[in-house]
Amino acid sequence: MADATITTSPGAPTRPRYGSMSRDRRWALRWSYFFLTLFAIFFLTPPIYMFVTSLKSSAEISAEINPWWVFDPTLSNYIGLLTDNVFLTFFLNSALISVCVVTITMMISVVAAFALARMKFWGSATLATGVFLTYLIPETLLFIPLFKMFAWVNDTFGIQLMNHWWTMIILYPTLTVPFCTWIMIGYFASIPKELDEAALIDGATWFQTLTKIFIPVALPGLIAATIFAFTVSWAQFLYPLAFTTSTKELVLPVGIITTLIKGDVFNWGQIMAGALLGAAPPLIIYAFLMDYYIAGLTAGATKG
Amino acid sequence: MADTALRVSAASSADKRSGLQKLMQRKSTIAFLMTLPLIVLIFTLVAYPAGYALYLAMLNKAMTKFVWFKNFDFLFSRDTFWMVVWQSCLFAISAVVFKAFIGFVVAHLVNNIPGKKQRKWRGMLLVPWVIPAAMSTLSWLWLFDSSYSAFNWLLEPLGIGPIPWLGETGWARFCVILVNVWIGAPFFMIMYLAALKSVPEQLHEAAEIDGASWWQRIWYINLPMMRNIIAITALFSTILTFANFDIVRVLTRGDPLNTTHLFATWAFRLGIESGDIPLGAAVSLFMVPILAVGATIILRDINKRGSEV
Repeated sequence: MADATITTSPGAPTRPRYGSMSRDRRWALRWSYFFLTLFAIFFLTPPIYMFVTSLKSSAEISAEINPWWVFDPTLSNYIGLLTDNVFLTFFLNSALISVCVVTITMMISVVAAFALARMKFWGSATLATGVFLTYLIPETLLFIPLFKMFAWVNDTFGIQLMNHWWTMIILYPTLTVPFCTWIMIGYFASIPKELDEAALIDGATWFQTLTKIFIPVALPGLIAATIFAFTVSWAQFLYPLAFTTSTKELVLPVGIITTLIKGDVFNWGQIMAGALLGAAPPLIIYAFLMDYYIAGLTAGATKG
Repeated sequence: MADTALRVSAASSADKRSGLQKLMQRKSTIAFLMTLPLIVLIFTLVAYPAGYALYLAMLNKAMTKFVWFKNFDFLFSRDTFWMVVWQSCLFAISAVVFKAFIGFVVAHLVNNIPGKKQRKWRGMLLVPWVIPAAMSTLSWLWLFDSSYSAFNWLLEPLGIGPIPWLGETGWARFCVILVNVWIGAPFFMIMYLAALKSVPEQLHEAAEIDGASWWQRIWYINLPMMRNIIAITALFSTILTFANFDIVRVLTRGDPLNTTHLFATWAFRLGIESGDIPLGAAVSLFMVPILAVGATIILRDINKRGSEV
């Protein structure tokens, strides 16, 4: 059948059609680039404007000149922020929380995913579904009952969870663990059964199978999950906004919004510099580990 | 006699210990222990609060009395509530439609260009999704500023202007949706691009030889092949968009006159800022129906795919 089409296709009338096809493709390519440029402008305008503004002095920001250009670039906003103890505290809080949350998340989710993917037990299928459902429950539904629960914990055990940055270390795993477990189940399930059966026959314990076989083989998935956990905990805004108020307990996103915006006097140069510094860690990770980042994004839907 | 009794008790205790040991060595026990942290986390910090929200929503403001559905009655009688319902639906539906459309178009555009350059463009176009939403919304806030809006500066020579971006209900709603589309469209783009890659090239070649136009190829080949991913991504995004908090909170805080509030931001205003926890919980519960519908459909799809494998 394929043979027949090949032998008939080099006929005279198909020749010009091939030419028009490649010409069509060239035009399609040009139009693609044109529209892609338009979309790139749309997608990149805010971050670029953020950067432009961060290089301006307050005087230049309030002057009636082209806002899209820097006439007198200055690093004073960055210097001001990086020598400001308050801002550094925000940064430190965010970093500490993110590192702890990533560690806790990976420990809980890798072990649980291993058990759910390989060691079938009573209710394991239901639990796997439950994990996915948990991932769909937004934090916006939970912050009010949590608020009340914290008050109860304080009354009963005398532990004040409100207004402490480390409370976030307890809370953020609820946002990261379900998704990380879910994608790790996907990655673990794709590992051939023969591999761990061979290890078990050779006398490896379950723990050894996990650390010596599953983790090394599923390393790309592990990296993707780690990146996900980090970006989520770095960007989380609602929980710290609801549960922390004192300046020294704030994380970066909340700190910039609540302390740098003072009434009507917006110090926009500094706000933009702060926002850019706050966006930097995820952007840097993304720049270096883009493929893992994207693998983590698409794994949620394509694996299952 | 005593000797045998001793021996028996020793034996039985050894038996018991080995029984416990056996239990500990059983696969299902180990597996259960391995998932225990996950179970504890889900129950104490997700499942329990979710159920507790239902109980909280039925208390009076001082949280001393159980008042059944009085809070809901009160909400139904308020115009603001219906406006929030309307705005949440408008926000979620229009934002998801635009995100899906832009994502679909951009995915095709990226897929059109040669392989090596795809990576670069894809990397560039995903930036809005990578920046923490609260941070990028700040830059939009500055772009929409009432007196220094950089957009108004561009529009002024065209004789348009000055537009009260965040000052008027219509414009403010437009801005909130625009920012959400800006953040979310790249995610759709990545998902659709992944789906596009799974469409076999032969189908396109065959259609091209048969004289199908590019529009027909998209409509009759790509769209059906990508149907699953399109549906799942849109559904997933609907849930997230419906429950959105960051954008509205940073951009408008619900102003002007509460017209841009979503369920989440209004619940925050009532529950945390005004201190009426039961009313806030009641408002946030209105996110549950859309969540339940979305979750059911997604789960059905996953189970279907699971049984296919």
